Amino acid sequence: MVDQAAPTTTAMRELEPAARPRAIRKPRGILVPLWLGYVFLYLPILIVVIMSFNASENLFVWKGFSLRWYPELFADEKIMQGLGNTLIVATGATAIATVLGTLLAYGIQHYTRGGLIRAFAIAPAILPDLLLGIGLLTLFSLATVTLGLHSVILAHGVFATAFVTAIVLARMANLDPSLEEASRDLGAGAVRTFMRVTLPQLAPGIVAGALLAFTLSIDEFVIAFFTTAPTQPTLPIVIYSMVRFGVTPEVNALATILLLVSVVTVIAAQRLTRLTGTTR
Amino acid sequence: MTSTNHPAAPVPFLAPGMIYLILFMALPVGLLAFYTFFKRGRFGGIVFEFTLDNWVKLLEPLYVSVILQSIVLAGIVTLLALLIGYPMAYAIAGLSPKWRTVALVAVVLPFWTNFLIRTYAWILLLNNAGWVNQWLQGLGITDAPISMLYTPQAIVVGLLYMYLPLMVLPLYASLQQLDPSLREAATNLGATPWRAFRTITLPLSIPGALTGCIFVFVPAMSNFVIPELIGGGKTIMVGNLVRDQFFEARDWPFGATLALLLTILLVIVIVVQTAVSRRLTEGPRRG
Repeated sequence: MVDQAAPTTTAMRELEPAARPRAIRKPRGILVPLWLGYVFLYLPILIVVIMSFNASENLFVWKGFSLRWYPELFADEKIMQGLGNTLIVATGATAIATVLGTLLAYGIQHYTRGGLIRAFAIAPAILPDLLLGIGLLTLFSLATVTLGLHSVILAHGVFATAFVTAIVLARMANLDPSLEEASRDLGAGAVRTFMRVTLPQLAPGIVAGALLAFTLSIDEFVIAFFTTAPTQPTLPIVIYSMVRFGVTPEVNALATILLLVSVVTVIAAQRLTRLTGTTR
Repeated sequence: MTSTNHPAAPVPFLAPGMIYLILFMALPVGLLAFYTFFKRGRFGGIVFEFTLDNWVKLLEPLYVSVILQSIVLAGIVTLLALLIGYPMAYAIAGLSPKWRTVALVAVVLPFWTNFLIRTYAWILLLNNAGWVNQWLQGLGITDAPISMLYTPQAIVVGLLYMYLPLMVLPLYASLQQLDPSLREAATNLGATPWRAFRTITLPLSIPGALTGCIFVFVPAMSNFVIPELIGGGKTIMVGNLVRDQFFEARDWPFGATLALLLTILLVIVIVVQTAVSRRLTEGPRRG
């Protein structure tokens, strides 16, 4: 904790200057493992990004700079269909999760004691995706629900709801309860107080939760794999079959674009979450 | 549920989400548990005839060895993640507040790029004609390409790459919360930096390390994509078995049994972790 470190070292500087250098001396080379870690984390991604600008069709030989894979990517019907499906699924799941998650978070914060309902609502976030995937496949097949994008939306809505609930709950913990009390005292009902007083204050948390839900759904593979029809693959499923049955360099271009989108979304969500933390 | 002035008020808030999660989370998982006690249908699904065969089948040597192999592989991945992630988290915790945020975002960012693309990147690297072999030969370290892809080691590297950020984050959280004055006191009293680390920092960071181990071990155990794409399907893990039971063997009850066994194992691991952490943080402890 920064706030604690600062006064301690200042106090020591005044009291006993001789002891200070020894106390805060950092082992030499402490950053070396960190840099090596970053090399490990970024080298593979870097290769993919570089190869997306490769003129050659060969994935392992650099033949000079070219942008050819980007137009080819957008001309690839399979990838574009997958992208369209993924956006439909992510939008649907995010819509479900944002509404249900926000309501759940409010209900949990105001009407429950103990952690049972809270744990239940957040459980999908830690449940193995494999279990949820085959469970839903079993349920849908027993209920003779035809698989398709609608079943993936329902499935993604489950873990997305858990993440929205968790983030909105965190935001709610920072709110000043006296505003809600004032609204109730002035005669507004629970629903009206929620709509007029709580919701506007929760907005940054809700948006951050929705962004996270959207990003998670776009990336999700395992649950979609079990709950969609073969004719309606989401983008990760398209990439999966491409990697299995032969990759074209378009995948590199796709990866680069997805990387860019993820980076922008994560930074936006982070900004909003930070807002959540500071405006108490 | 406990509102005193508005007994009906929780319903509009809690009911929609709870109904949704009961229908699409509790019910599917319950259904799987139910399926494990019935016979398989010919084309998937079940025949309503009670049996314990699915659970007994888990004891067949083939399945026992796959389960053990998964535990060993996921365990190695977890251990490596701890060995690599700990120094990283330690270094980040020692940075100035501004650089800490940058360093942390840099750890998390790869985690937000598509999971399949990160897997595919390793195929580019580890292939016989791939970049690592080109570099090794270019530097004159080897003459002929080394087969790296489609080995158990490649699976370990792939899983490690996938889940390393999940180790660094909780470790960082626990290291960052440590009161620096404890370590300063130790060094002022004459402890060497190593001894201060060993007796103060290390024991206090164990709960964070355990959380990180769970975060890595749990998804590594059930992953079936990396063993398939980077392991070439030669090394089978529990996740692959489950997938195959559903899509190839069409033995849904046994697939459900395997998935539940996996979940039970993970719950046990989590319960043990929680108990150990609690014990460490509550009781006084010596390093």
